[in-house]
Amino acid sequence: MSESHSRSKEATLKVYRGDGAQGQFETYKVPMEAGMVVLDAIHYIQANYAPDLAVRWNCKAAKCGSCSAEVNGHPSLMCKTRMDHFEDGEEIVVQPMKTFPLIKDLVTDVSWNYRVNEKIKPFSPDESDTKEWVIYQEDIERVQEFRKCIECFLCQDVCHVLRDHEKKDGNEQFMGPRFLVRTAGLEMHPKDTADRLDYLKNEGHIGYCNITKCCSEVCPEEIHITDNAIIPLKERVVDEYYDPLAKVFKNMFGGGKNK
Amino acid sequence: MTSNIESIETVEHDVIVVGAGGAGLRAAIEVSAQGLSVGLVCKSLLGKAHTVMAEGGVAAALANVDQEDGWETHFRDTMNGGKKLNNWRMAQLHAQEAPDRVKELERWGAVFDRTKDGKILQRAFGGHKWKRLCHVGDRTGLEMIRTLQDRGVHQGIKVYMECTITKLLKDGDKIAGALGYYREDGRLILFKTKAVVLASGGVGKIYSITSNSWEYTADGQSLAYEAGAELIDMEFVQFHPTGMVWPPGVRGLLVTEGVRGEGGLLTNNKGERFMFNYLPESTRHEFAADVKEAKEWIDAAIAGQKTTARRPPELSTRDNVARAIYTEVKEGRGSPHGGVFLDISYQDSDRVRKKLPSMYHQFKELADVDITAGPMEVGPTCHYIMGGIKVDADTAQTRVPGIFAAGEVAGGMHGANRLGGNSLSDLVVFGRRAGLGAAEYAKGLKEMPKFKDSDVQAAIEELDAPLNRTEGPNPYDLHKKMNEIMSAYVGIFREASEMKIGVEKVAELKKEIAKVRVGGGKKFNPGWHLCRDLKNLIVAAEAVAVSALSREESRGAHSRLDFPNLEDEKWGHVNSTLSKDGDKMKLEHKPLASMPADLKKLFETK
Ligand SMILES: Cc1cc2nc3c(=O)[nH]c(=O)nc-3n(C[C@H](O)[C@H](O)[C@H](O)COP(=O)(O)OP(=O)(O)OC[C@H]3O[C@@H](n4cnc5c(N)ncnc54)[C@H](O)[C@@H]3O)c2cc1C
Ligand code: SF4
Ligand code: SF4
Ligand code: FES
Repeated sequence: MSESHSRSKEATLKVYRGDGAQGQFETYKVPMEAGMVVLDAIHYIQANYAPDLAVRWNCKAAKCGSCSAEVNGHPSLMCKTRMDHFEDGEEIVVQPMKTFPLIKDLVTDVSWNYRVNEKIKPFSPDESDTKEWVIYQEDIERVQEFRKCIECFLCQDVCHVLRDHEKKDGNEQFMGPRFLVRTAGLEMHPKDTADRLDYLKNEGHIGYCNITKCCSEVCPEEIHITDNAIIPLKERVVDEYYDPLAKVFKNMFGGGKNK
Repeated sequence: MTSNIESIETVEHDVIVVGAGGAGLRAAIEVSAQGLSVGLVCKSLLGKAHTVMAEGGVAAALANVDQEDGWETHFRDTMNGGKKLNNWRMAQLHAQEAPDRVKELERWGAVFDRTKDGKILQRAFGGHKWKRLCHVGDRTGLEMIRTLQDRGVHQGIKVYMECTITKLLKDGDKIAGALGYYREDGRLILFKTKAVVLASGGVGKIYSITSNSWEYTADGQSLAYEAGAELIDMEFVQFHPTGMVWPPGVRGLLVTEGVRGEGGLLTNNKGERFMFNYLPESTRHEFAADVKEAKEWIDAAIAGQKTTARRPPELSTRDNVARAIYTEVKEGRGSPHGGVFLDISYQDSDRVRKKLPSMYHQFKELADVDITAGPMEVGPTCHYIMGGIKVDADTAQTRVPGIFAAGEVAGGMHGANRLGGNSLSDLVVFGRRAGLGAAEYAKGLKEMPKFKDSDVQAAIEELDAPLNRTEGPNPYDLHKKMNEIMSAYVGIFREASEMKIGVEKVAELKKEIAKVRVGGGKKFNPGWHLCRDLKNLIVAAEAVAVSALSREESRGAHSRLDFPNLEDEKWGHVNSTLSKDGDKMKLEHKPLASMPADLKKLFETK
C-alpha cells in the first residue's frame, strides 16, 4: 500500500442532487486518503461543500445496511466501496437506488419493504413445547445464513421484476429476494410450525422470479439468495401445489416441514 | 413567525417509546403486551439502531458451557467491573433476569450458536469469570434487533421511522407529550401521551475517535435533563481498548472483544504480551501467571474442554486494557499506525473465519489485512457511556412522573465500567421493566395530560432558527471543534489543569452553538439535523467534563493522572449527579444506596 502516493491525489465524484421532481449530477473534487471509501468522500462533500447533501448511514462497517446506493451503476454499500478500486482519474458516479421512489439526493423511500415484511407470517413455534430447546448447530447453519441479512435492499434494487417491471403493488406484487430470504429463514427453522406456501405462491408471487441470480451477486452478506433460499422455496411450492405425491414423500422421509 | 399548532399532525398513544434499539423495542413489546397503545419513534430506519452493530454477545448466566456459573457470580463480576459504583439493585435484577430474557429471544426466533449438545453456546469475555456470552458469530446485535423488530411489528406496534423527538412536553410536573420532526421533509408531529420511555442510546459523538454512529448525540440524556430528570455518573465514558487505527477513514471502528474471547493476543512492537504487566492486584489471581498457562486455557477453550488453567490477561476489564494500550503507545512501544498488535492468526484460519466472520471481512475489505494471516493494529476508541439518566431500578422511572429510561441512555447499572456483553442483556432486562413501569403508570392516569401550546411554539422556533439565520457558524465545524475539545481535554487520561480548560472551552462553544446557521431547506437536510443534535451534544459534553473534573480519584473508566488511586473512603459511595438549575448545570455528589447484607456476603468468597 503506497500511502504517501495516494494521499496527494484527488478524486472526482459525480453525485446525484435533487428530488423526485427534478435533479442533476453535481461534480465534486475530494482529496484521497489511504483506505478511503465512497461514504468518506460523501461525508467530505457534506462537511465542506454541501451541508444539505442527503445520505443515510449508521455503522460505516457494512453491518446496518443503510448506505445503499448505485456506484458507477453497481448497487453497493458506500461504506464498503473502496475509492482505490477505481482507476486513476476515473469519475465516480454516485446515485440513489433506482427501484425505490427518490426522496432527496441519495436517499430513497424504502418503506414499501417494511410493508411487505409485515405480511409474512411470523415465527410460530409450538407453544405447548415448554421444555428447553435442543437444537443442533448443523440444523441451523442454513437459517443462520439467511439471518445474516442486513436489509440493505440492494437485492430488491437489482431484481428486474421490481426494478423494470415495478411489480410492487396490488395483486401482482412480488415480495422480492430479501423477503424470500426472510421466509426461507422461517420455513427452515427447526422449531417453526407455520405454513407460508400459499402466501409465497399467491401473494408474494414467488413464480415471478426467473432465477437470474442478480440478487445473489450484489448481496454484501454473500447470502446465496437464489440457490439456498429461492430455489428450495420454489420446490416446496411446486410439491405442495403441483405434485402432491412428492409432498407426501418429503413429509414422510424428512426434508419437508414436520407438522 | 408563529406556526399554527392545530395544523400539525397530532397522534395519541398511551406510551411513546423514543428509540428502536434493543431497549426501545423490548419496552414497546411489553407495553403492547399489556394491552396499551404504543408509538415507537426512531431517527433511523427500523432495524438500523446501534444495537444492530453489537458483535460479541449477550451476557447471561445460563451455565450451558461452564456449569459453575450462576446469577450470583454474574452479579459479582458486574459490580467488580463497575468498581462497586453500580446501583446494586439494577445489577442484581440484571443478573437474575438476563437468562430468562435470552431464552425468550430464542422463543421469539433468535438463532444462537449451539453447544455440541444443542444448547445455546457461550463464549468468554473480559471481566466475566465464566464463559457467559450467548452469541451468533460476531453479529449478535443483528440477531437480537431483527428478532425484536419482527416480534414488535407482528404485535401491531405503530412505528414512526426517521422521526426525531426534539422536545418533551409537560403538564405541570408530569409528562404530557413530545414534539418531533420527520427527517424526510422536516414536517412536524406532536405526540400526546401519558408516559414516555427514553431508549435513545449514548453520547459517543462528543469524541472524534468513536465506534458510535451519527445517532449517538445524547438526545435522550438532554431531553430528560431539560425536562427535570437527573443525570448520574457522566464522567464514566468507556473507551473500548480495540478500535481500528488504520486506515484513517475507519479509525475508531470497533474490533470486537470476541477476538480476545476467542484467544486473540495483544503484543507491542517488541513482541511482548504486555497485558501481563498491567493486571490490577485485586484480580490478578484470576488470570494466567504466564504465557504457558494462558495457552493452556486457550487450547482448552478451542477444544471445548475443561481446564484448571486461568484465563489470559487480555481478558482483563476494558478500562484496564485501554489504559495499557494507551500507555504502551505513549511510551514508544506501539505499532506503525499508533496502536498495538492483536493477533489471532496463529489459530486455524477456518475457525477464525467461522467464529469472527465480520471481523475477517471488515479488515480484509477496509484495511487490506487478512486476520487469518497476520495481526491487526488496534487502539482505544470511545464506545459507551456508563452514566446516564437516573432511574429507579425496579420500574425504570426517572424523578419526573411519566418519564422512564432504559438501555444505554440510563445510568447506574454499570457503575464505573461496563463489562462486555452486559449491555445487550441490560437492554432486554430493563427494556421490559421500563415497558411494564410505563404501562402501569399510564393505566393509573385517568385522563390524558395536556401540554401548553406556548411550549410547543417555543420548541418550533428553536428548531427553525438555524435555517432562518443569515449568518453564523457551520454545524459541521462546530461539531469538529467539540470533538477536538473533548479528545484533548477530557480524554482517556485526565487531569484538573486540562479539564478546567475543557470546561471553559465547552462553555464558549455552547455560545457559538446558539448561533449556528445552515443553508438548504427542510427536506432531508443532514446539516439542519446536526444543528439540533449539537444542542444535545453540548449538554453531554458539559456533563462529562464537569463530572470528570469533580471526581478526584481514579475509578474504572475514569483515570486521573493527578489522582491515580481509588479513593474508596471519599468517593466510593457517591454518584456525581447533575440537574438543571435555571440556565446552570447543578452538580451534587449524592450517596449510593448501600447493598443488603446477603449480597455483601457474595464478595467475601473468591
Ligand atoms: C460496534 C459496537 C459493538 C458492540 N458490541 C456489543 C456487544 O457485543 N455486547 C454488548 O452487550 N454491547 C455491545 N455494544 C453496546 C451496545 O450495542 C449498545 O450499548 C446498545 O445496543 C444500545 O442499545 P439501546 O437500545 O440503548 O440504543 P440503540 O440501539 O442505540 O438505539 C437508540 C435508538 O434511539 C433512537 N433515537 C435516538 N435519539 C432519538 C430522538 N431524538 N428521537 C427519536 N429517536 C431517537 C435511535 O434512532 C435508535 O433507534 C456495542 C456497541 C457498538 C457501537
Ligand atoms: S434470481 Fe429472482 S429474485 Fe433474484 S434478481 Fe433474479 S428474478 Fe429477482
Ligand atoms: S439479502 Fe443480501 S442484498 Fe438482500 S437485503 Fe439482505 S443483505 Fe441486502
Ligand atoms: S453505513 Fe452501515 S452498511 Fe454502510
